[in-house]
Amino acid sequence: MSQAIIQAIEQGQLKTNLPQLSVGDTVDIHVRIIEGAKERIQVFNGVIIKRQRSGICETITVRRIVANEGVERTFPLHSPRIAKIEVKHRGHTRRAKLYYLRERVGKKRRLRDRRRGLGHVLKDDPADTAKSEVVEAKSTATAKDKTDESQNEKPES
Amino acid sequence: MLATLLGRKIGMTRVYDETGRNIPVTVIQASPNHVSQVKTSDRDGYNAIQLAFEQVKPRRSTIPMIGHDARAGLTPRRWHREVRLGAEEVSEYELGQELAVDIFEQVKFVDVIATSKGKGYAGGVKRWGFKGQPASHGVERKHRSAGSVGGRSSNAGTGRPKKGGKKAGQMGSVRHTVRSLELVRHDQEENLLIVKGPVPGPNQGFVIIREAIRLSKRKARVLAEAS
Repeated sequence: MSQAIIQAIEQGQLKTNLPQLSVGDTVDIHVRIIEGAKERIQVFNGVIIKRQRSGICETITVRRIVANEGVERTFPLHSPRIAKIEVKHRGHTRRAKLYYLRERVGKKRRLRDRRRGLGHVLKDDPADTAKSEVVEAKSTATAKDKTDESQNEKPES
Repeated sequence: MLATLLGRKIGMTRVYDETGRNIPVTVIQASPNHVSQVKTSDRDGYNAIQLAFEQVKPRRSTIPMIGHDARAGLTPRRWHREVRLGAEEVSEYELGQELAVDIFEQVKFVDVIATSKGKGYAGGVKRWGFKGQPASHGVERKHRSAGSVGGRSSNAGTGRPKKGGKKAGQMGSVRHTVRSLELVRHDQEENLLIVKGPVPGPNQGFVIIREAIRLSKRKARVLAEAS
């Protein structure tokens, strides 16, 4: 019962409109900055090198290069200070944490395009539609097949 | 009267306030308390009210306590605690009166009183933060011992150690008061009080929550600015 109370408190604060994010993605993070009475938005662009899932405290760490110096910032995803997150590019990774990017210099920092396993994301993600129309077409096709099957099954059950 | 309620510690989580600050909080549930007894100086020698909290099955209570609660028009209650009051204040309360979270509406800081988690019989390192002895340089089998308890002179020449020194012993399971915690939110529908920071005792534990009786300078200033 008590867990339900805690969950209800957290549920009210979780953002539901976050895009599908994964490690290796290049993102624009729009951060609200309050200076006195004024509020402005600053954009931090970089690669997600880690994601720590923890419900309301979930964070992502984003790495970028500023004036030849690596800069990493950690953002709490559900904070009201994060105005918006835009996915610019999806990178292919074989690690959950991309600490190895810290040692990489120059072109080696780049990540390959991610193509696999994105069928469920791509439908409402304009950033990637151009790249992998084939994947999308496939996924919709499979989805259709499934619905057909389920309709067929209904009368039996 | 200082706003006081009995409640249960539900657990900890985090909330964001309107400026985006991420605050660690403890959630306390204080479903309505009732006045189960009014004590006056004429009859009892001092002025107080007794609060009762949370219904309990009659077989979990005792015959005398069931009768005591029944006199206030209440079903059996699990916990009863007294709150001392001034002579005039007592007359404001009557038997069976309900007190809910809304009495904390104007309150910014609270004290929370509860029994801390028991740690058992603990040594000096855990209980008092002693450093213990070095890992090597000839130390044998005494790495977590407390060390010296003083010599002849430091023990006031009595020839025996002073009383009340920091030693190994029972740790925790003691009534503790955490003072002037910020009251972050209160939810009247769910009877919740959300305070900043940790509170003694386990989840589901019994706590007493009251308006802070004394504030640090900084917190007093915050309060003055708000009002």
